Amino acid sequence: MENKKRIVIIGATSAIAEHCARLWVQGTTVELTLVGRDATRTERVAADLRVRSPQSNIRVVQAEFLDPIAIQTVVDAIAGHGAVDAVLIAHGSLPEQSLCQADLTTCHEALDINGISPVLYAEAFAKHMAKTGHGTLALIGSVAGDRGRKSNYVYGAAKGMVTRYAQGLQHRFAGTAVKIVLIKPGPTDTPMTAHLKNQGAKLAPVEDVAKKIVDAVERGQAVVYVPGKWKLIMWVIRHIPAVIFNKTNL
Amino acid sequence: MRLVSSWGRLSACPHDVLVLNDRSKVSNVLAGHHPGIAHGMGRSYGDVCLNPEGVLWNTTGLDRFIRFDENTGRLTCEAGVLLRDVQRLVIPRGWILPVTPGTQLVTVGGAIANDVHGKNHHVHGTFGDHVKLIKLVRTDGEIIECGPQLRSEWFAATVGGLGLTGVIVEVEIQLNRAAGPWLETETIPYANLDEFFQLADDSEAEWEHTVSWIDCVSRRGGRGLFMRGTPRGDFDRLEPQGHKLTMPLLPRISLVNRLSLPPINMAYFYFKKWQAGRTVTHYEPFFYPLDNLLEWNRMYGPKGFFQYQSVVPREFGKDALQAMLEQIARSGDGSFLAVLKTFGNRPSVGMMSFPRPGVTLALDFPNKGARTLKLFERLDAIVREARGRIYLAKDARMPRDLFESGYPRLNEFLKYRDPEIGSQLSRRLMGA
Repeated sequence: MENKKRIVIIGATSAIAEHCARLWVQGTTVELTLVGRDATRTERVAADLRVRSPQSNIRVVQAEFLDPIAIQTVVDAIAGHGAVDAVLIAHGSLPEQSLCQADLTTCHEALDINGISPVLYAEAFAKHMAKTGHGTLALIGSVAGDRGRKSNYVYGAAKGMVTRYAQGLQHRFAGTAVKIVLIKPGPTDTPMTAHLKNQGAKLAPVEDVAKKIVDAVERGQAVVYVPGKWKLIMWVIRHIPAVIFNKTNL
Repeated sequence: MRLVSSWGRLSACPHDVLVLNDRSKVSNVLAGHHPGIAHGMGRSYGDVCLNPEGVLWNTTGLDRFIRFDENTGRLTCEAGVLLRDVQRLVIPRGWILPVTPGTQLVTVGGAIANDVHGKNHHVHGTFGDHVKLIKLVRTDGEIIECGPQLRSEWFAATVGGLGLTGVIVEVEIQLNRAAGPWLETETIPYANLDEFFQLADDSEAEWEHTVSWIDCVSRRGGRGLFMRGTPRGDFDRLEPQGHKLTMPLLPRISLVNRLSLPPINMAYFYFKKWQAGRTVTHYEPFFYPLDNLLEWNRMYGPKGFFQYQSVVPREFGKDALQAMLEQIARSGDGSFLAVLKTFGNRPSVGMMSFPRPGVTLALDFPNKGARTLKLFERLDAIVREARGRIYLAKDARMPRDLFESGYPRLNEFLKYRDPEIGSQLSRRLMGA
C-alpha cells in the first residue's frame, strides 16, 4: 500500500483526463483520487478504472470548481492524507467566442472555469507540495493561450493566465524537487471539440495526447506541446507581426 | 457535416456525426437528432453503418467497462468498447472473448449488431451466443433490456439486427476460460475442394479454430492453405511486440489487379507450403492477421473495394463453391484475401444473423464499376440457386430478391425496427 503512487486528477471526467487515468492504472497499481463536479459521471469513470486495475485504489471526490473555500477544503482533505506524487488539473470547457462577446455572464463563466479555477486548485496543491518538498503538478493549458486570436480570445485569455501562472510556479519551485508541468494541447478529438470535427478540423487522437501527457508528468518536463508540431506552429503564430496577424482570419 | 466512409471506401458522403459519450444521455441525443444509425469503428464494408446526408450516432465514446467478475467471467461494458480492449483486459486474467471476427478493431455493439463469427463457429457459434444482456435505447426514449431469457424476442431481433432496433448502449458478455495468449497452430496445404472438406471434417472435432485461405486466381481447382489452431496453456514466452505499419498513401490505382494478383497468390501459396507444419502462435497474429497493417483498405485505390461473402448449405456447398471460383478465376478479378470456412450446425440466435450451417466464402474485389457488378450478378445466381445468403455487414449492392430469399425471418424482424433509425442499407433492402 505504501508503495503505490498517489495521483490526483481534477476534472476527471474530461476525456483527456480519463485517458491519462487509464494509462496510469495500466500495468501498475496506483492510488488514484478522481475529483469531479458530477458524482455520477465521475463514479462511472472510476468503475471503468477499477475493472482495468482491480488492485488500484480509486476514490471519487465530488467538488465545487469555483468557490475558493470549497477548493481549499477539498485539496486539504486530499493532500492532508500524505504526500501526493502527481496532480493533473484537467478541467475546462470550450465556450463559443460569439456567445462570450454577446453575454458577459457566459464570458465570466468561461474565464472562471478555464482560468481561475485551475489556478486556485494548483495554488492549493502547491502549498502542500512546498511543505512536503515532493510531487509533480501538471496543468492543462492550451495552444490558444499563446496568442489572442479573434476566434477564441476569451478561452485563450483564460488559458494564457494558466500559462503565466505556471511560469511563476516553475520559478517559485526552481531548484526544488517539486516539478511543475504545463501541457499545451492542440485541438484534440474529445466531446469538447466534436463540433469542430464536424466542421472538418483535423484533431489529435485523445489516446495519443494522453500518452504524451503521462510521459511529460513522468519526466517532469516544464512545457510540453501535444502533438509536438504545435510547438513550431505556435512559435510562428507568436512571431507574426501584428500588422500582418491582424489581417488574418485565425 | 463530415465525410464518412465505411471500410470498403466505396463512397465518402457527408454525415451529421454526433458523438455519444455519456450513456445516461443517449436518449436525449437520439430524441433531438434523428433519423440516424449507430456507427462505431466503421469496419463493416458496405453501407450497413452509413446514412448519407443524415445522422450518425458515433458510439466510440461509450468505451467504459462497467463490471468484471473474474470468478464467473461475466463482463459488463458500454457498447463502444473495442474487442481489442476486452481481449487485452481479460486474457491476462484467464478469460477470453469466445467469438471474435478477423479484426479486433470493432466495437462490442457493432459485433452484436452484425452478429459476427470467427474461426471457431463450429464450436462456439456466433458472438450473439455469448451475450447475456443488451441495454437498448429507442428513439422514443424507451429503454429495453433484453437477453436470451429476458424479452427474448427483442434479443433475437437485436442480435444481428444491424442497429435497426435501437442503439445498443450497454452489454453483458459471458467470457470463456483461457489458459493464456498462445495457440498451437498448424498450416496444411490442400490441392482442391475435396481435400478442403476432408480437412475441415477431420479437424473440427479436435481443433477449436479452423479457417482456410484459398487461391482464387489459380485455375488448378481450388488449392489453398488450411489453418487450424487450438488454445495451449502450458506455454510461456515473450509476447510479440506487434510492429504497426500504416498504408501511407492512397494509391491512384488499385494495387490489387490482374497483373499483381497471380504472382502474389502463387508466392503466398508456395511460401506458406514451404513453412507448413505445427507451431505456437500468439492469439493476435492468429486471429487478427491484418490489424497491424493499419488502413490496409487503401491498397484498393480511390474507388474502394467490395467484399462478397456468402454462405451456402453444405449439401450444395462443393458445387456452388466450384462454380463461384470458376466465375472468379474467369473474371481475373478477386483478391488476395480469399477465405473459406465451414460453419457448424447450430442455428444463430438472431433473426437476421448471417451464419447458418454450411460453408462460407469471403473475397475482396477492387471496385471496377459495372464489370465488378456483373461478376456479382453471376455469383448471386449461384448463391440463389444453392439457397444461400450474403453477409449484410459486407454488402453494398445485393438485389432485394436475394436478400429476401436469404433472410426468411425478415418480416418477423421488421416488427422490432425503430421507425426513426435507418441506414443506407435498410433503405436499399427494406425500403425504409
